[in-house]
Amino acid sequence: MRPLLTVENLSIGFGKGEPVVKDVSFAVQPGETLALVGESGSGKTISCRAALRILPKAAQLRTGRILLETRGQSLDLATLDERRMRDVRGNIVSMIFQEPMRSLSPLHRIGNQVSEVLWLHGRKSERAARKEVLECFERVGFPDPERTYRSYPFELSGGMRQRAMIAMAMVAKPDLLIADEPTTALDVTTQAQVLGLMKELQRETGMAMILVTHDLGVVANMAEQVVVMHKGRVMEAGPAEPMLRAPAHPYTRALFDAAPEIPDEAVVAIPPSRDDLIMEMKSVSKTYTLRASKGWQAPTLIHACREIDLRVTRGETLAIVGESGSGKTTAARIALGAELPDPGGEVLFHPAAGQPPIAVHDMDRATRTAFQRRAQMVFQDPYSSLSPRMRIQDTLVEPLEIHGIGSRSERRDKAAEMLRLVGLSPNMLKRYPHAFSGGQRQRLSIARALMLDPALIVCDEPTSALDVSVQEQILKLLEEIRDQQNLSYLFISHDLAVVARIADEVAVMRRGLIVEQAPPETLFYNPQHPYTKALIAAQPEPDIDRPIDLNLVAQGAGAPECWPEEFRFNGIQAPPLVNLSHLEAGHKVRCHA
Amino acid sequence: MEILKYAIYRFGTMLLTLLVVSVLVFAIINLPPGDYLSNQIAELQATGQSAGVAKAEFLRQEYALDKPLWQQYMIWMGFMPGPHGFSGMIQGNFGWSFEFDSPVADIVGDTLWLTVLVNLAAVLFVYAVALPLGVLAAARARTWVDYTSAFVGYLGLATPNFLLALILFYYGHRWFDLPIGGLMDPMFEDMPMTWEKVKSILTHLIVPTFVIGTAGASAMMQRLRANMLDELGKPYVETAIAKGMKSSRMLAKYPLRVAFNPFVADIGNLLPSMISGSVLVSVVLGLQTIGPSLLQALKSQDMFLSGFVLMFVALLTLIGTMVSDVLLVLLDPRIRYEGRGA
Repeated sequence: MRPLLTVENLSIGFGKGEPVVKDVSFAVQPGETLALVGESGSGKTISCRAALRILPKAAQLRTGRILLETRGQSLDLATLDERRMRDVRGNIVSMIFQEPMRSLSPLHRIGNQVSEVLWLHGRKSERAARKEVLECFERVGFPDPERTYRSYPFELSGGMRQRAMIAMAMVAKPDLLIADEPTTALDVTTQAQVLGLMKELQRETGMAMILVTHDLGVVANMAEQVVVMHKGRVMEAGPAEPMLRAPAHPYTRALFDAAPEIPDEAVVAIPPSRDDLIMEMKSVSKTYTLRASKGWQAPTLIHACREIDLRVTRGETLAIVGESGSGKTTAARIALGAELPDPGGEVLFHPAAGQPPIAVHDMDRATRTAFQRRAQMVFQDPYSSLSPRMRIQDTLVEPLEIHGIGSRSERRDKAAEMLRLVGLSPNMLKRYPHAFSGGQRQRLSIARALMLDPALIVCDEPTSALDVSVQEQILKLLEEIRDQQNLSYLFISHDLAVVARIADEVAVMRRGLIVEQAPPETLFYNPQHPYTKALIAAQPEPDIDRPIDLNLVAQGAGAPECWPEEFRFNGIQAPPLVNLSHLEAGHKVRCHA
Repeated sequence: MEILKYAIYRFGTMLLTLLVVSVLVFAIINLPPGDYLSNQIAELQATGQSAGVAKAEFLRQEYALDKPLWQQYMIWMGFMPGPHGFSGMIQGNFGWSFEFDSPVADIVGDTLWLTVLVNLAAVLFVYAVALPLGVLAAARARTWVDYTSAFVGYLGLATPNFLLALILFYYGHRWFDLPIGGLMDPMFEDMPMTWEKVKSILTHLIVPTFVIGTAGASAMMQRLRANMLDELGKPYVETAIAKGMKSSRMLAKYPLRVAFNPFVADIGNLLPSMISGSVLVSVVLGLQTIGPSLLQALKSQDMFLSGFVLMFVALLTLIGTMVSDVLLVLLDPRIRYEGRGA
């Protein structure tokens, strides 16, 4: 069989510089999925975009051919003129982008944006196009296609928007779909469902797919062929199964080693001791009031957090896991005193063993300052949490200046010391953030959090913006520092595999409630709650023998009203958190006993 | 239907705002010590002309200037009966101009709609020039098209308006036989509207429109270019290209729609800034707009005249803001559905 798309010796460069993609070749057979795997900067995105010639303005296709063989014609997409290129785009080859939030125009209705593909390729009258789009919406899983047709993107959730993008890419029945990290921005359960949908659609229509991803778990679930790229070159290429079982190239092996995994063997877990706590949250709830648009309607109450009871033991890590909107970040913000809990809730902070606790939401100025020195935060996005206008040195010494600690030279010494601690060199102090990579920036954020010698650090998804290999390094660093400095972490994440590695105790949140809580080994070996099961099942594993179980995902990730009888809850009527100590120590689950 | 409700609601808030503005305006014109008449009485007494004093005293009573300030305001607005019963702004009586010794309505009469006409023409000119050029400059960013339009734009921004006016008058007259000064041929003044008069006004409008509009147009062009460049980098633009859209059509449908919002929002600001900005131009060009009258009235503390002019400008601003708000709601679904709840 002749390949549908053949890329030969592709080189792409910017300006006069070295090419960023060098001599890349691969081929996609009709109906097959090829995964382009690599870290950021590996050139995987730019290679796949070259096929549609959607490249940054300054990029030049230097050498190579991109041959498309379909519908009885053979086209070289690298040199095809713009007018004929437009006939290919969206019609023969279509594309899905990474950020469903921003890839749809906010000002046009979904139906208009999707039907446009059919209008552009001149095959359909407006009525016929509408009918076809509605069918497509139904196929990609919109419960009410008519309503979706009229909706604006901001009225849909992230997963639904990505479904709309998929509908847009599929509606013209292309021969090849290029998906550029289509699920990276989605929650893990949504990701599983979207991947499942893409696979089903592919089976139905027989189209080929190029899947660009950094996640080997996604590759194992989706691809027949794999191309591993690094620094613009192909490292390893071949059929997925043998490569995933026995990667040959050292770089591929390194990628595998870095990928975090959920352990699947039983380990006897020791629940964290409860005698030396650093932080306690006692029945903390947070309700936001959305003012109604019409005066006579009652305001909508949003229960971001409900009755959260959590304890962080000194020197250990408590992880809160959940999808976006589960209330995990709100809980962390309350723990740091950035938000006030509803009356009745209380957060206690114990600065040191044996000292009287501080009530975080009832502090005078002096205690607040003292508290801020002991509790710090590392943020999710290392790109926007460092001021681009401040040198690293200024960023690092700023906390000391605010708290009036030390002399100028002492502050500078401290900054140099912290840089060394996080694995950077003190001669980087004079640089600006833009001179650092994502991983280095996250190290800088950690160094900044450490400047005040805190006892507790709240980490809000500190690795979710990073590549796997960098994520691995950051997690290692966090562990080292914790053990060395006797730190405690409140670790917020949506990624069970990351949590499995670093946490001593895990609390799973859904709709503002903790649904299950246990040490990670217990939780992963013997999950009780359908939602926890769904989270674990949805986690793509780089193991070809463990595909995602979509039924389990669908059941647990659905609405709480559809959970099995014993776990079900309606509105704000939720079953209590039951202690399962008879099963395993420290295991709690929310169910009707 | 929703939109009609919103428009009515916005109209209501506009009236309320106007009421607040009227209080402010009245307070401001009364801020300087004394008023036109007491100044005049003092002057007359100093020169010993007692006959004039009697007339001025009569006028003081006639216009209730001897009453407390809050009563003066109520009478001025027509909320309270004055010496002549209910006769204030809301009854359509705009008061008396002491400086010109005639009713305010007679003085501003024609200039009112001429002001609106000149500024409307200037606003249209701004949009007509800035839109295509701004989009073009963004689409061809960092090419000669972009640089040329930026250069011309900055020239427009930097040239003083009165200088531009003089230059344009000179060359406009020499090459195109355009009239100099005024908004119509003197022979048509105070004449009923005829086709000839309209034609005369239109030819007289060309230069003022250009002069008043240039600076605004080049500023807006640069802002539109910057906004467009921001939007062009957004993923939804790539999505549109990946669908197989032609780039010209794509530009108009997607990024321009988003980049356009600030310009609609600008309508409200554009009007007052042009009116106050065009005072100098109006003086230089001899335009019969409201600007010069305002300047004169403020200088001589002619309170009813200046009060009326200020109220008029405020009204134009509020109408502009209202129009832009309603347009924004029509244009941007995010605003339309805001607060509807998730």
